[in-house]
Amino acid sequence: MLLAFMGAEVIKVESRVDMDHFRRQEAAVVFGSERAAADCFNSLNANKLGTTINLKTIEGIELAKRLVRISDVVVDNFRAGIMDRLGLGYGVIRGIKPDIIMLSASSHGSTGPESGYIAYAVTMGALSGLSQVTGYAEGPPVIMRSSADLRPGTSAAFAILAALNYRQETGEGQFIDFSAREALTCGIGETIMDYTMNGRVHSRSGNRDDIMAPHNCYRCRGDDKWVSIAISRDDEWEALCHALGNPPWAGDERFTDQFSRWQHHEELDELIEAWTINHTHYEVMETLQGAGVAATPSSSNEELFNDPHCRERECFTPVQHPEEGELYVLAPPWKFSATPARVTAPAPLLGEHNGYVLGELLGMPEEEITRLIAEEVLY
Amino acid sequence: MSKEALKGVKVLELCQLVAGPYCTKLLADLGAEVVKIEEPGGGDAARSLPPFLHDIPDAEGSGLFLYLNTNKFGVTLNVATATGKDIFLELVKQADILVEDNPPQWMTERGLDYQSLKEINPRLIMTSITPFGQSGPYRDYKAYPLNVFQFGGEGYLTPGGVENTSRPPLKVGRFLAEYDSGLSAAIAILAALYWRGKSGSGQRIDISKQESLMALNRMDMVRSANEGEVITRAKQGVPYGGVLPCRDGYTVFITWESVQWDRLVAFMGDPEWASYDKFRDYAGRYQHGELLNALLTEWLVNHPKEELYHEGQAAGVPFAMVYTSKDLVDSEHLKARGFFVEIDHPRTGKVKYPSAPYKFSETPWQAKRPAPLLGEHNEEVFVRWLGHPREELAKLGSAGVV
Repeated sequence: MLLAFMGAEVIKVESRVDMDHFRRQEAAVVFGSERAAADCFNSLNANKLGTTINLKTIEGIELAKRLVRISDVVVDNFRAGIMDRLGLGYGVIRGIKPDIIMLSASSHGSTGPESGYIAYAVTMGALSGLSQVTGYAEGPPVIMRSSADLRPGTSAAFAILAALNYRQETGEGQFIDFSAREALTCGIGETIMDYTMNGRVHSRSGNRDDIMAPHNCYRCRGDDKWVSIAISRDDEWEALCHALGNPPWAGDERFTDQFSRWQHHEELDELIEAWTINHTHYEVMETLQGAGVAATPSSSNEELFNDPHCRERECFTPVQHPEEGELYVLAPPWKFSATPARVTAPAPLLGEHNGYVLGELLGMPEEEITRLIAEEVLY
Repeated sequence: MSKEALKGVKVLELCQLVAGPYCTKLLADLGAEVVKIEEPGGGDAARSLPPFLHDIPDAEGSGLFLYLNTNKFGVTLNVATATGKDIFLELVKQADILVEDNPPQWMTERGLDYQSLKEINPRLIMTSITPFGQSGPYRDYKAYPLNVFQFGGEGYLTPGGVENTSRPPLKVGRFLAEYDSGLSAAIAILAALYWRGKSGSGQRIDISKQESLMALNRMDMVRSANEGEVITRAKQGVPYGGVLPCRDGYTVFITWESVQWDRLVAFMGDPEWASYDKFRDYAGRYQHGELLNALLTEWLVNHPKEELYHEGQAAGVPFAMVYTSKDLVDSEHLKARGFFVEIDHPRTGKVKYPSAPYKFSETPWQAKRPAPLLGEHNEEVFVRWLGHPREELAKLGSAGVV
């Protein structure tokens, strides 16, 4: 989808014989309603063309090959080995289109003793090392949710773009074996380095930083409202004290310098929260930012949708979904001056573009398409 | 010598800490020629952040800096001086890509805004990475990684679970949103490079760290607008499964497809309770998750985590383990994958680093050189590449320009 935001023509191949999880009944339970499930699917598949091809049929495989012939990039996220078994491994794909770029993404990668294991965001978060270092100091490891799927997806898009640039220079395609759990591990590189350099294994420490204090989320007025405050220098500390009206504890020797503040962070946190509790999180942000102190609300999705900065930055784009009506989609996070990236269309309905993709792009006659539907090849 | 995906691509980095340096590291690791500009004296602020080799603070011994700056050339240059700025413009003239993370007006105030740079190099792709982007009411707001994480939508959801709403929202890892922002920028850069290959033109890219993190939570971000659903930590737990105690610590699993639940039941030896009506379908298990977890835990605490992971997977159940850094480095699977790569460095000697999650068949990830020492490539870049006389270098050093 990230590539589609940038103007790539993305053909999504689905099938009723192995339905995308977000189109299944379970998704309606997980997300609370069918509309919510359709919304989530929409957020991940906007801008794409949708086809249904039954890869359990021989004709389905042949159709897939015809699509490869007109493509620059093929992406799959089957478990390792499945594309080969379907007869759509890289060797075959390259035979059809020699400069094809093929990326196979799986949780554990295509090689190694655990390739073929099944994983989802929750379990990949644990496998990556992220869960181990996330949580309250005396609490259990915290599971990761959907962002643990989207981080690897984002990294895979990067890899594809690198391959596209290489092909633009040399004319050569290639195969990319992608592991989602490894992508997540890259986000705690410095934690790994503490082990490889020093043998140290990290565990959970809440919001505590190695050197910054105050450094936490503080309760504000209202239900479940919090503001994050982070201070790394003495001048920021002085600005904070001043913004709080120079309370009596501001000059306390426990808080004189960065190190002493870090040592006494628990007492400090209590004192700060005694102030923030009387203000809304946005008020705290405005007051402290005005003084040059880093403070931001812990924002809900609702707050971000209504936030004046997000509005001015045009972070939310409405699209007309054929079944759900108007749905907002988060706009892409890059602002290009010459080639703006955009959300231009909702996610496809199941098989919505079979006619266009097969008829227009592959030049298939109407009767042929009808036959394939009847024979559950387009299914 | 292997082929490189981004061979010949020249990148100039004027960044510190994590997001910007991670962006150009991603490019350097695939063969781009990255020149990292650091201020004379202290250099990149990351050099003074832990983890340090043997816990001794040392500008050449920060594991954070070393990880983020593999494969780059390093120079010292004070761009704020007149001479430093001239040299910087010489570098810009021959660069394909410039990445900078200064406060939004900083470059403009020094005559280094995109319009000015475009005049000396129309093919330049200039990328700026800041907490809130180059526009908007929060443009000049300050944000450390914790602040970005909380304001980017994911902090409010962490940690998931109804029991956590009375406690402060947390961060994930130390710098996660920074890594996210660097990757977001790198994607935009490669797309712009590809377009430049067709059009001949450069362009300007504006990256907001807040937006980069929101993008990774994009489904949740629109659910209040679309369904009136305010997503909170209470709704971010899993109905059953997730992290649960086992005999020697924690295990992790979830089941998505019904067949995976059936396999889990078989894996546990078909306990009687598994056939109760209330657990029969996903909706039922979802509703009775707490009870289900209690029953599952009774069985799990008799089994060690390794067994649950490998034998569970062999039985087709999505089990996992809560891996520590040590577990990751010791992992037979990751060893077979070659995920950790040893890189030699003058101060640390040979140390293992995480590499990358992508294995290219033609243009593999490579560690060609470690992170640079401060000013290590001053001579190479200023004298050999730009043609400044060697004698000049000493004078520029004394003047604080390099």
